[in-house]
Amino acid sequence: MQTDLFQVEGLGKRYGGRPVVEDLSFSIGTGECVGLLGPNGAGKTTTLRMALGLIPPDAGRIRILGHTMPADAATIKARLGVVAQFDTLDPDFTCAENLLVYGRYFGLRGAALRPRIAELLEFAALAHKANARPGELSGGMRRRLSLARALVNDPDLLLLDEPTTGLDPQARHLMWERLQRLLQQGKSILLTTHFMDEAERLCHRLVIIDHGRKIAEGAPRELIAQHLEPEVVEVYAEQGADAAAVHTLLGPAVGALAQRIETSGETVFFYTQDARPLLAQLSQRPRLRMLHRPANLEDLFLKLTGRQIRSEG
Amino acid sequence: MPRNHPSLWHPPRLSTRFVAVWLRNLLVWRKLALPSLVGNIAEPLIWLVAFGYGMGALVGTVAVPLPGGQTQTVPYLVFLASGSLCMSAMNAATFEALYSAFSRMHVQKTWDGILNAPVTLDDIVLAEMLWAAFKALFTVTVILGVMLALGISHSPKLALAWLVLGLTGVTFASLALIFNALAKGYDFFTYYFTLFLTPMMFVSGVFFPREQLPEWVQTASAALPLTHAVQLVRPLFLDRWPTDAALHLAALAGTAVVAFWLALALTRRRFAG
Repeated sequence: MQTDLFQVEGLGKRYGGRPVVEDLSFSIGTGECVGLLGPNGAGKTTTLRMALGLIPPDAGRIRILGHTMPADAATIKARLGVVAQFDTLDPDFTCAENLLVYGRYFGLRGAALRPRIAELLEFAALAHKANARPGELSGGMRRRLSLARALVNDPDLLLLDEPTTGLDPQARHLMWERLQRLLQQGKSILLTTHFMDEAERLCHRLVIIDHGRKIAEGAPRELIAQHLEPEVVEVYAEQGADAAAVHTLLGPAVGALAQRIETSGETVFFYTQDARPLLAQLSQRPRLRMLHRPANLEDLFLKLTGRQIRSEG
Repeated sequence: MPRNHPSLWHPPRLSTRFVAVWLRNLLVWRKLALPSLVGNIAEPLIWLVAFGYGMGALVGTVAVPLPGGQTQTVPYLVFLASGSLCMSAMNAATFEALYSAFSRMHVQKTWDGILNAPVTLDDIVLAEMLWAAFKALFTVTVILGVMLALGISHSPKLALAWLVLGLTGVTFASLALIFNALAKGYDFFTYYFTLFLTPMMFVSGVFFPREQLPEWVQTASAALPLTHAVQLVRPLFLDRWPTDAALHLAALAGTAVVAFWLALALTRRRFAG
């Protein structure tokens, strides 16, 4: 890994005495995609806002591209690209005008900007929509226009806050493909997402935070191997029954074949080093609905942050 | 206060990028110019024609006090025209810096998008202020053109009045941005209009001479920015030099500086959350 492009150390932020981010440290190297994961209210957006110099941290320091945030905010932002959680596109402008006007905020002028705009619209698969307004675009197109806008200054580092939330599968896959391309070009990405498949697909490294603190960090597969049994068998209760019925039906002997058992709604999750004995037992009950699969990032996330719903954020 | 929290009241941090934000508003306005022209220019002209000719027929002439205790008698239409120019500058700047700026800041989140680029919040507030002042200046320029065409005034000093009206736009844009920074929704602006702008319109000498008002109202109204604007523009409109010009200019400019600073601090507080 080359020198760190992005570095936060001991970052802290409190609102009304309540810590929102606490002693958070992580870094991003050149060409790396780092995922910042956590439940709602975990401090992801606050961390991004501090990284952008929009709010000052109460503790710690932020170094980006060799400069300090927020002191050198203008220098840093000249080389950053940002896709916020909610689109802030100008509804009165066409796609091309959106890029043109945004380029001016970086001190880029019309003549130099025009070929760049054509390139960016091409990249965002929006060349045919150059003269359409954001209101005429689909959700996926709007997100890609936001991405194109974030690239107008040819940034070294992209900060993407839930770039695919609310998109249909086709639009998400197209967005992923474009982000992969940017990584291949050597750009670095800090990504927040609620989609574990997205994090697993795009991110070289994950930083999982909860209640403002880092609770795990590492490559997706390594984290899974480190924290979880490799195999999962999900068993579903009969229609209308809850998971307790599954436990009663199977009895303690079957449960003993798993290293760890979790229950959620009508589903029982058996986490195991080797699923074969368990599957053999379960196969004696042919009417049982079940699924055998490898452990994934979602299992990890739920193990680390719990299954309860977060109301905040 | 932790070490890296700057005070809300720190001096403005500005860059030349405010021009890009100002140009953005110009580009949008060029697309939507026709409907906004109707609101900004047709309406004040309708008022002028209706009140000037209608009321003018009833009122006849108005005595305008001159330096040294003398008075000049002018047709009501001329009296009203000079006052309504100031009112138009005030209204145009206020509408832009309240409703339009709030739409950009709060509803469309345009400011949030801009803040991700190397543009400071101070740049944006300055650009919004100058933009609202520009719209005020544009509005009064067109109205002045119509007045010249109608022969309501031929004063060469109108060029100076034009500059004063630009400053009036700056002052009222800055004042409005204070309320923009405090607003939770559009309803909040009704207070500003009903409790501040409308009473000010009636006591600042736009429609009738201030001298007709009770003593205490005159004293209070002497401090209002619209009064200062009218005191400058009306004599210039009549091809005379205003009395206490320096005082009135200083009052307008002083109000603008204090209001802009306050608007900056309150906007910074709004965005610090």
